[in-house]
Amino acid sequence: MERFTTHTGVGVPLRRSNVDTDQIIPAVYLKRVTRTGFEDGLFAAWRADESFVLNQEPFRAGSVLVAGPDFGTGSSREHAVWALMDYGFRVVLSSRFADIFRGNSGKSGLLTAQLRQEDIELLWKLLENHPGTQVTVDLQERTVTCGEHVFAFEVDDYTRWRLLEGLDDISLTLRHAQEIEDFEAHRPAYKPQVEIA
Amino acid sequence: MGKTLAEKVWDQHVVRRAEGEPDLLYIDLHLLHEVTSPQAFDGLRLAQRPVRRRDLTVATEDHNVPTTAGPISDPVSRTQVETLRRNCEEFGIRLFPMGDAEQGIVHIIGPQLGLTQPGMTIVCGDSHTSTHGAFGALAFGIGTSEVEHVLATQTLPLKPFRTMAITVDGDLPEGVTAKDLILAVIAKIGTGGGQGYVLEYRGEAIRKLSMEARMTICNMSIEAGARAGMIAPDDTTFDYLRGRDYAPQGEAWEEAVAAWRQLVTDDDAVFDAEVHIDATELSPFVTWGTNPGQGLPLSANVPVPQDIPDDAERYAVESAIAYMGLTPGTPLKQISVDTVFLGSCTNGRIEDLRAAADVLRGHRVAEGVRMLVVPGSARVRLQAEAEGLDRVFVDAGAEWRLAGCSMCLGMNPDQLAPGERSASTSNRNFEGRQGKGGRTHLVSPVVAAATAVRGTLSSPADLPAPATVA
Repeated sequence: MERFTTHTGVGVPLRRSNVDTDQIIPAVYLKRVTRTGFEDGLFAAWRADESFVLNQEPFRAGSVLVAGPDFGTGSSREHAVWALMDYGFRVVLSSRFADIFRGNSGKSGLLTAQLRQEDIELLWKLLENHPGTQVTVDLQERTVTCGEHVFAFEVDDYTRWRLLEGLDDISLTLRHAQEIEDFEAHRPAYKPQVEIA
Repeated sequence: MGKTLAEKVWDQHVVRRAEGEPDLLYIDLHLLHEVTSPQAFDGLRLAQRPVRRRDLTVATEDHNVPTTAGPISDPVSRTQVETLRRNCEEFGIRLFPMGDAEQGIVHIIGPQLGLTQPGMTIVCGDSHTSTHGAFGALAFGIGTSEVEHVLATQTLPLKPFRTMAITVDGDLPEGVTAKDLILAVIAKIGTGGGQGYVLEYRGEAIRKLSMEARMTICNMSIEAGARAGMIAPDDTTFDYLRGRDYAPQGEAWEEAVAAWRQLVTDDDAVFDAEVHIDATELSPFVTWGTNPGQGLPLSANVPVPQDIPDDAERYAVESAIAYMGLTPGTPLKQISVDTVFLGSCTNGRIEDLRAAADVLRGHRVAEGVRMLVVPGSARVRLQAEAEGLDRVFVDAGAEWRLAGCSMCLGMNPDQLAPGERSASTSNRNFEGRQGKGGRTHLVSPVVAAATAVRGTLSSPADLPAPATVA
């Protein structure tokens, strides 16, 4: 995973609450077996509408999505994170994220930064009044800067550390292989096991 | 202070706990399907890592499979299924493929094989993994990076979930089902109400539910934003499990049941949040909007946006009504549908099919309405055929299909056309969920059957007496 320290890019106002992962990428786009190439599915239904924000210049080239509350609800598909990243987004700002989506983002290097809803509303106004405005997200300082406005955001310490270091979870866990083995030695025998193929 | 059920199961699986780090949790069972696993296997190959516990890993084909006989016609869907087969062969994982007697929706086959047991940790790259919580397991959906993590380490680093009690007192009225109850819960706490929580369903109404009804409840916990749903195991659970393929036997069974009986929330345990529902006040519940929290009693009307004071909420309701093509104030019972879908991991089990068949017997599906009946697994299908339920559906004019996820998410050919409207026993009414431009109303199996007969959203109480007695 790439390290994330700070990112500056065009902010995209998405005035929608409850953006579920079926909207971020519909199921028919989940059939690829590779990890890239999902950008065509991003917000596929909404992008068919010319007035959708990502069809407007200069939002088309956006990389910081500013969304309404409860972003990423529904299906656990990590393809939603990949679609956002493949399109070019590095950060999503919202006042509330669905748990699985937030977890998936942290594993793939997409920063989900939690702001107060009133800050989101102000960002929406700034970005709508001045399309193309750059937004800077500083993970070290946990701040979002837009023009003269600076907002604090929340992200859990462990995810922040992993993103800053660009660390892969699996190698971190495998450092504790002995502890896993010790645990396995004491699992109850009645727990189910399947025959190996 | 005592512990909640969720905390007990969590604590029994902590491999490592350290200050400032998430707990490392051991996973007892990892379920796989074709959609969320290919990139995880690629990751293993790249890092040259094996699957740590093949004996705790099971795969099936469900999301892409056609429900009519014959091969997969869509080449992209076929590639995804073939990729799973190759991966399972290469890594030595037990797979239940299309055509196998044990094939079916991943959350239906775990319980029916007896692989899902109380006190286990169960994960799958699918949000409806919460279904397995009906057995008192801690079961939750994960993303593909986590699928790879579990394949490689049989563990997951996780911060403990908070706990919420959903206590349902009293008895469900006649004709009110588990589906109505969970839709009412989601409408009450909202699609974000459960975020960060494990929900524990308790109370008199829950204790009286069958295992299959409990699975319907836990299945939709994710629609309230929760990580998982759980119900403490009891004699109903043990009776369901006894004798199943992977259930413990003999002395091991006795040992297991003794341990499982400890899996109840202690009297002095404290939940982080509590919600109370009076079962006696519930009635058949349906959704009118584009998220599962936008539901109302079937006897209500489509909301009127002008009545909603909050700007954001009014905008959300307006958008949903516009997408759904509805008129504010219309009685829900006047909404006519094109399609009825009976199936999915929410309501594709044998009791669901029996309940719907009981309503349909002696009736016909309304002119112009298409009804798809898709059993949740090959075993459910065989059982239904042994009971003659397939004849009831076919005689009424419904289509009797093969097992799979089907129109719940339309990854196979079973989809709504743009503008088409369904009454669906599945779990999500998101925009385009069942096909681009499709409109979904979530309902219980009996409401689905009654709706098929009348052509408009209906409960069995709205039906005339059957023309003939079957």
